[in-house]
Amino acid sequence: MKLQSRHLLGLEGMSKEDITLILDTAASFKEVLERPIKKVPPLQGKTIVNLFFESSTRTRISFELAERRLSADVVNFAASGSSVSKGETLKDTARNIEAMKIDMVVIRHSASGAPHFLTRVVKANVINAGDGAHEHPTQALLDMMTLREKHGSLEGLRICIVGDILHSRVALSNIFGLKTMGAEISVCGPATLIPRNIEELGVRVYHRLEDIIPHVDVLNVLRIQLERQKSGLFPSLREYHRYFGVTKEKVDRALKPITIMHPGPINRDVELSADLADGPHSVILEQVTNGEAIRMSVLYLLGTSN
Amino acid sequence: MKTKVLDADGLRRTINRLSHEVVEKNKGVQDVVLVGIRTRGEFLAHRVAKKIAEIENINVQVGVLDITLYRDDLRGRLDQPELKSTEILFDIRGKIVVLIDDVLFTGRTIRSALNALMDLGRPSVIQLLVLVDRGHRELPIKADFVGKNVPTAREHEVQVALTEADEEDAVYLIENNEKEDGQ
Repeated sequence: MKLQSRHLLGLEGMSKEDITLILDTAASFKEVLERPIKKVPPLQGKTIVNLFFESSTRTRISFELAERRLSADVVNFAASGSSVSKGETLKDTARNIEAMKIDMVVIRHSASGAPHFLTRVVKANVINAGDGAHEHPTQALLDMMTLREKHGSLEGLRICIVGDILHSRVALSNIFGLKTMGAEISVCGPATLIPRNIEELGVRVYHRLEDIIPHVDVLNVLRIQLERQKSGLFPSLREYHRYFGVTKEKVDRALKPITIMHPGPINRDVELSADLADGPHSVILEQVTNGEAIRMSVLYLLGTSN
Repeated sequence: MKTKVLDADGLRRTINRLSHEVVEKNKGVQDVVLVGIRTRGEFLAHRVAKKIAEIENINVQVGVLDITLYRDDLRGRLDQPELKSTEILFDIRGKIVVLIDDVLFTGRTIRSALNALMDLGRPSVIQLLVLVDRGHRELPIKADFVGKNVPTAREHEVQVALTEADEEDAVYLIENNEKEDGQ
């Protein structure tokens, strides 16, 4: 058993077998996280660099903890958006990585395709921690792991992704991965924040939460980036909350429990009401725990394969 | 050539004797816990626990250890071994841990298991119980309880079948005259 690729760039085109292997392996790593000593040796002697060209707190910490728990040596490289042309910087950074004998690279970049570019210039294994509005595969994998734990199987599970689909790499990775695993996906949000032709990916589009809530098992609520309002994609946070905010009142009309997910950080009472975020059907903190297990799984499977 | 070195009755008697030895050596089973190495060590551990319950009227705790993360050959293999969970739902600190595996060969599995156990806590004693010792150690490791010593050549194979996973209870010695390399 082995992953087909030596990189994790995205879930588009990843086989059901590979996704299942990552999820199963992550389930085993969860046990390691319960131990008094949360450290195991499989990546001893491996050096991993976390290249974060875009600010991130939880994803970076989650990766770093996962790396350290597998006994890897970790280097962090944080570059805030520089004025230097991105392609040039990345190429230079890549050359440095090569020179420093680094075994694995975890990269987050505002440009879609940056991790793919990296695989062509370095020998290290590359893991995509979010590239532009393209993919964020470990987030989608941890979402799938959480849903599989909660609902047993992903086959036939009905999931609606709510919010800014247009700018969301979380949404895209979730759609690719969940479709492969046999789930039914819909998206819901203002027309300005839904990409044209998204139906071609096999998802249904809704513009009213009331229309879709009765027909789903899960709502995956995305963070609304406050700066999108400035670019005129929606009029005000209050209006967004009124129409697309997921609230207890709207969910209760479904007359059955609906699992609530959110990739974090939450704008409380904007895209998701606080009572639902902290409620009995919220799996938001499970998502965080599973994120570490998923990242350990991916690092382990890639890092021990060559 | 495939020779049966232990049949179902032989295997049952061997486990009975090993269980008695564990009880005798530890003067009872106070503080004794059993930890089987996945996969066949786990089955053996449950059988030993059952026998000890008959002898002493005490249910000893049984855990399962997965040593995948501690293997020294994790890298450079063509196929990755499947990672499964360690399930030791009790504290091993201060306990007498009887580590159980089916075949003792190079000793590398046991080395991995010892490291894995130490990361879970500090037992007062670790003892090793194996169904078959086939020799050819590559590390200074010795079992405390041995079911059967089977002299083998390095390239031979010892196969343990247990009804939990296989069709029968038996131990086979497979003598490959010409080394067939599958990979």
